[in-house]
Formats: sequence, C-alpha cells, structure tokens
Amino acid sequence: MSGHPEAAARFVADDAKAHWHDQSLWWVRKKRDAAAATVPDWEALRSAAARIKEHTLGRLADYLEEFEKNAVRSGAKVWFASDAAEHNAIVHRILAERGITRLVKSKSMLTEECHLNPYLEARGITVTDTDLGERIVQLRHEPPSHIVLPAIHLKKEEIGELFHGELGTDKGASDPKYLTEAARQHLRRRFLEAGAGLTGVNFAVAATGGIVVCTNEGNADMGTALPPVHIACMGVEKLVPRLEELAVFVRLLARSATGQPVTTYTTHFHGPRPDGELHIVVVDNGRSAQLANDTFRRSLSCIRCGACMNTCPVFRRSGGYSYGFVVPGPIGSVLAPGRDVGAHRTLPFASSLCGSCSDVCPVRIDLHHEILAWRQEIVRRKLVPVWKRAAMRLLAFILRFAFLYRLGAWLVRRMTPILPRAIVYSRWNVWGRQRELPPMPRRSFRALYRSRHGRA
Amino acid sequence: MAARENILEALRRAARAVALPDLPKGGARFADRRRQLGEALASVGGTCVPVADRAAADRALATLAIYREAKKIVSLVPGVGASSLEIGAVSDPHELEGLDVAVLPGTLAVAENGAVWIDGSVLPHRALFVIPEHLVLVVDAAAIVDDMHEAYARLAELPVGYGVFISGPSKTADIEQALVIGAQGARSCTLLLVGPMGERPAI
Amino acid sequence: MKVGLFIPCLVEQLYPQVGMATLRLLERYGVRVEYPEAQTCCGQPMTNSGCSADARPLARKLLKLFGGYDYVVAPSGSCVSMVRNHFDELLGGEPGLDHLRRSTLELCEFLVDVLKVPTPSGRFPHRVGLHESCHGLRELRLGSGSERRVVAFNKVRSLLAGLEGIDLVAPARDECCGFGGTFAVNEEAVSCMMGKDRIADHERAGAEIITGADVSCLMHLEGLIRRARRPLRVMHVAEILVEAS
Repeated sequence: MSGHPEAAARFVADDAKAHWHDQSLWWVRKKRDAAAATVPDWEALRSAAARIKEHTLGRLADYLEEFEKNAVRSGAKVWFASDAAEHNAIVHRILAERGITRLVKSKSMLTEECHLNPYLEARGITVTDTDLGERIVQLRHEPPSHIVLPAIHLKKEEIGELFHGELGTDKGASDPKYLTEAARQHLRRRFLEAGAGLTGVNFAVAATGGIVVCTNEGNADMGTALPPVHIACMGVEKLVPRLEELAVFVRLLARSATGQPVTTYTTHFHGPRPDGELHIVVVDNGRSAQLANDTFRRSLSCIRCGACMNTCPVFRRSGGYSYGFVVPGPIGSVLAPGRDVGAHRTLPFASSLCGSCSDVCPVRIDLHHEILAWRQEIVRRKLVPVWKRAAMRLLAFILRFAFLYRLGAWLVRRMTPILPRAIVYSRWNVWGRQRELPPMPRRSFRALYRSRHGRA
Repeated sequence: MAARENILEALRRAARAVALPDLPKGGARFADRRRQLGEALASVGGTCVPVADRAAADRALATLAIYREAKKIVSLVPGVGASSLEIGAVSDPHELEGLDVAVLPGTLAVAENGAVWIDGSVLPHRALFVIPEHLVLVVDAAAIVDDMHEAYARLAELPVGYGVFISGPSKTADIEQALVIGAQGARSCTLLLVGPMGERPAI
Repeated sequence: MKVGLFIPCLVEQLYPQVGMATLRLLERYGVRVEYPEAQTCCGQPMTNSGCSADARPLARKLLKLFGGYDYVVAPSGSCVSMVRNHFDELLGGEPGLDHLRRSTLELCEFLVDVLKVPTPSGRFPHRVGLHESCHGLRELRLGSGSERRVVAFNKVRSLLAGLEGIDLVAPARDECCGFGGTFAVNEEAVSCMMGKDRIADHERAGAEIITGADVSCLMHLEGLIRRARRPLRVMHVAEILVEAS
C-alpha cells in the first residue's frame, strides 16, 4: 500500500521543484521568526494560549452552550452536526430551502474535511472558492496543498497557464499582479451574483456569541456583505471564553502563519445583517472523540496557522499532497490517524522527530511527541509489516544480552569490509542507495578501553 | 436536536478542570505609539497621515490622487470628504459596486499592527469597507492603543455588535509568495490620524 | 563524584574513537570515570519504531547498570533524551529512575553545567560548521534554537568558540540533518535530500569540518559526504576538543 514514503520520493525526484518548494516555505518560516521577534512576550503569549485552550477544551460543553445562547440572542441560528454528512446536509438544506444555487466560500478547512464542495455541486449548487489560492486549486480540480497557502506548490507560470484557459488572461503571462487582477475581476462577478456566502470560523467567542473570521484578501467580508445569507461553519474546538482571551490568539495567528502582525481583516460577526441571516453550523466530526483521548487531546488546540508545516523539513521536501489528508504536515500526521489509522499509518513515520514544529506551534502542542505516540499505537494495532516488527523484536532481544550484542556487532564489523561491494550495496541496502556505510572499525570501544586499561 | 445533545454529552464526558492563566493586560509598550502605528501600517502597505483637526483631514484628503480622481464617493465622516451619492438611499449593497472611495470613521487604532477598529453600527452597509477601490479611515490620535490586549479591553466596554479590524489594504501572496496589494478589497488604505496624541487612553 | 560512562551503541561499535575522546576529556577535567561493560543500548531504536514495549527490558538494564553513579554522561543527545524524556513511560515509578533521569547528561551539558569548565583552550585552526542535532537542541536545550524567542545561548558552541584559530562558520539554517533513526531508511529519499542540503549549507558557509554532538547525525552526513566525494571531514565535538589540546 503506498503512503507518504512513495509520494515523497516522487516529489523529491523533481530536485529543482523540491528545492524551490523547500525554499518558498522556509522563507515563510523566516518571516514568522521576524514577526515573533517584534513581540517581547512571545513565549509567554504561547504559554498563555496553550493554557487558555486547555482550560476551554476542559469546559467545552459549558462554553458551547454559552456561545449558543449568546449567538441566538443576537439573532443567529445555531445548528449542530455530529459528523461530515450531517454538516453537508445542513448547509445544503439552508441553501435549498431558499432556492439558492450560487455560493461563494472563503477558506474553511472544516468544509474541506467534510468534502462539502462536491456534495453541493452534485446537488446543483455552484460553489466558488474565493480565496485566491483556493480558487486556483479549485479551477485545477485539486485540493489545497497547504492549509494557509493552498497553491504554494504551483509556479506562477502554471497559474498563468491555468488563468489563460479559465479566465482568458494573456497566453504566457505570469506576473502575479496581472494574474491577481484578473482573479479580482472574475471573483467580483461571482460575489455580486451569489445568493449566499459561506465562511469558516477562526474563533468563536462564548461570552459574546460572536464569531471571528480572519482574511488578508477580504473575501470573507465581500462574501458576507453582498449576499444576505451567511453560513459559518465551525468545529467545536474553535471556542475561546471572552474577548480578553481572543486578544492572545489574534496576536499569535497571523504572525505564526505568514509573519504579518495581523491579517488585513479581522471581522467580528454578532448575529445577522439587519436585512440578512446568519447560520452557524457547529461540527463534531471526531473532535469529541479526540478530546476524550488523553494522548492526543492537546492537538485539538490547533488554530490552523500552518506554522508547523512551514518549519517541517519533511513537509517542505515532500509537499502537502504526499500526506493524503486535508490537513497535512505535522498537525496532519497527528489528526489523520485519529480519523483513519489504517489509511494514514505511514504519516507518523514521515517525521524525523526533529521537534521544530513543537517549537513554533503558537499553542504549544507537543506535536513531535504526539507523532511518536501514534507510532506506538500503530504498532500496537499491528499495522506495521510483520517483518519490521519481527526485526525490532530480534534486535531488542540481542541487545538485552551483552555477549550476543557484541558478537553480532563484531560479525558485522568484520564481514562488511570483506564482502564484495556489490553484495553490501545491493538493492536491499536502502541506507546504501545514496550513502556509504560507516567505516567498520576493527575494535569496539570496549576493546579499546580494555587494552588502554591493561586488560586483554 | 439529537446531534446537539450527543455532542454536548460527549464533550461533557471529557471535561477537565484547568484554570485560566493570568493574561497580559497590555499597556505601555511603545514609547511613541503614533510612530509605531505609522511604521506598522506602512509595513502592511497602508499610509498614515497625521493631521491637526477635521478641517486639516479634509484638506489632506483633497490632495490624495485616489480622491481627486474618484467619481463615486461615500463619506461617513462629517467634514471630511463629500459623498457623491446619498448613502441613505442605497437599499442594496450591490449598488455600491464601482465605489471608488469610502471615508469611514475608526474607533481606535492599534500601534503594534496598524489595525483600525470600524464599529459596524456606523456602517449602513458592511460592504462599504470592502467593496470600494480605496479606503480612507479617520481616527482620533488620542485613540491609539498599544496592542490588541488594550484594544479588546476597550471593545469589551462597548455594546456587542458587528465590527472589523482593518490593517492596511487588501492583499494576497498566493502566487509564488509574491505580495500583491489590492486582492479583493481596497487597493489602498490611508489612515488620517486627527489631532494631538494626548494622554494614554485609560483602560 | 563518580561518573558512569554511557557509550551509545553507535559509538561503541562504529565510532569508538568518539568514546575514547569522551573518556579522555572527562579524565582531563579530573573526573573519576567508570565504564560499565555490560551496557548495550538505551532502547531508542525500539521506541522510535513504535515498539516501546521491546525497549522496556533495555531501559531496565540501563537503570540497573547506571543507577549507582552520581552522574551518567554520554556523548549523545538522543540517548540522553531517551533516558530523561522516555524512560518514565517505560519504567514509571521504579526505584532509582528519578535519580537516573536527573543525573544523565549529554557530554557538553555536563562540561558546561556541572563541571562548569572554563572555555577550553587549545589550537584548532580550521573552518568548522556546527551541526546542532535536534535531540540536543530541542529536547535537552543545548542551545536556544532559531524558533524560540529566548536569550540566545549555545552550550556546544561555547566549548569550541575559545579554541585558537578556529573559525566557526555559520550555516544558514539549524535544520534537521534527516537521520531521524528508522526515518533514514523508511523515508530514504527525503532523509538524503535533507542531509545533502545540510552539507551544501555548510559548504556554502565555508566549512572544512562538520561537527556535532550526536554520532547518528554525523554518521548520516558522513555517509552522504563520502558517497558524493565532497572534500569535508566529519568530527564529533569531543574529538575536536581532544585534538585541539
């Protein structure tokens, strides 16, 4: 069964593109570093964010009820969906009941998770993703490859070619300003024609019943300022207690994601427009199960900033698609096995456990430790090939007995230098594909120590 | 609704008591809040223009090319700019398409990130801050706060309602990380900062 | 003070000269060092592969062998991290474990934090690139790292910086080398791309020698260097400090 290693190997094989992808995302990581450096209490802020999330998740039912009460009081309708199917049905029903066939959407990883777009399109609703990166991948019939930078895997020439075919831009034109302008005009028409706007929710404030949506383009605002019906989809974990706590996250989010001090627009919705409707769809889809799992509970704190992806040396060199899950990278490697451990069993092994992700996570999720914990779980469920398990068992057995270990190691050290190179570096030697084996010393440390201390 | 009960029940089963941490209260971070605001706004592609009073703001506005060349204008700030249409007569925000300039009042400005809070209750239509080609925001210099902690502390005292923090013009870097200003919303954002800075605003 | 010398299996079998350099360094600073010969492995390869249960007997063995020392010192950030951060899951509550966890240190942090050695002197007139191994950097905090906003420090670097003639070049990134244990084989393509990128970074910075505190990283980088016949040497920090004196 193919998984991350095979997809990653294909990505790496295009050496120029892999390095370009790596450099692009490293540059975003450096911007994060620079932004963090402008905040003197950055580490304290991360700690505060982590604790706020732990506190909130620890009382999530209460905060959700408080949020619902206040949201309803402000005139919003609040719907609950246990899973993706219920979520999709609710969104569709809201549109169908009003005869709405044209929907504009701003970024929502939750709706990607629920595969909302194909569901709606199969039922006659035209869905336009309005975030520029998302529109690009939508026109290419691809999923986003990064939760914040959906088209980071594409070069401007590829986008130029796409727009030439879809939007009528000049052939061969690839200037980002020119292409963005074309997208602006194209999307403006969609906004004007839409019957409803759907947004995600970055934060939901329990004390006010308000929802907060952060964008740089203003597409969430355009999509809710023009059509009168606003559907906002949120996972249960998006709650924060009050505006006071919200401040901590608003200071961390954009700096962690792109290195900006704040997104261009941070919009606070409290109830509908006077002439409109606001529907908030609150979704579980496995989140309460994750909350109940002590080992992986903390990763529910994720605010979807993408910093872990930008810093991950593996993500940068394998690309979002190699993870095969709506959310890729380190956080994806923790969330995906929770949804389907069999399908995503290679993801926790697609990490060198370097820990950089944990150090950039604004809510201090111990990502690399959760990734390691998944490895134990995957082995416990016997999802690792039998021969790998057996080899580890054998190795562990040998290592328990000093004599066996020394004998085995001595054999390896003695045999390797005398075997023909073609045998040593046969195709079974995965290490040896691009690396020499270490030189095999004649004597072990123990032997050196003994002779130094006068023992044979 | 069964889903509601099931979800709340499942969340309750996983409840755990963790105390809220002490949070930063915000306050004296920047020696010169006005300068920090100007720098932060410039770093996100906006422009800050300090003026002595409303009349000076009006004069400054008149010098801006985006205003001089504008055909369709809405100003919600008395004395600063002149609307070319009667906003009260606009019933459908779609009619605002093609708006060249909107002049809007801001409640406060945040030095650390160049953001201006627009209170939704002043907007006859929400589209007014996102549909125009160019945005001009008018804020009292006395209403500059240091950071978002201060900003939200002040907002918590105001009636709850629709509002938006705007930091500079609309932008995107979705094509090869190349920054492009004017993605979907305003192509420019000018902040007219009115009056003297005065004392630090009390929280 | 009685110190137990913990020699990681990779050092024991493949890089014994690093173990010797470690021993000589400790003795130079007047430390009474014992080397329990029955030691084998900390169990990290097992935990790394998800087979924690198989690591338990190895952890127990290590606890038994090293429990009686004031300090346990190893030339390896990853093995020390295994003891300090993961033995708890394997042997939680066992007598002596708390002491072992508190007293097991990587060589550089032992020299800097416990022995508080003065900046080592000696001559090492070479251009040296310091590779900051991930376990050492982010699990043991041997350095501040580029991600966090904390006062900058680097224990490994501080041991090298005083050597006469040394030119500690600055690679652009403090990124993982790509070894990662079984990752090196499970994800061979990415692992090698990461390693090659590290090497290229050091080369661009002008390094003649790449050094670090973990033999696993150095073994991976050296393997790539030798296959590609790059004109670089790879040395453990202990080897540099011993050669310099």
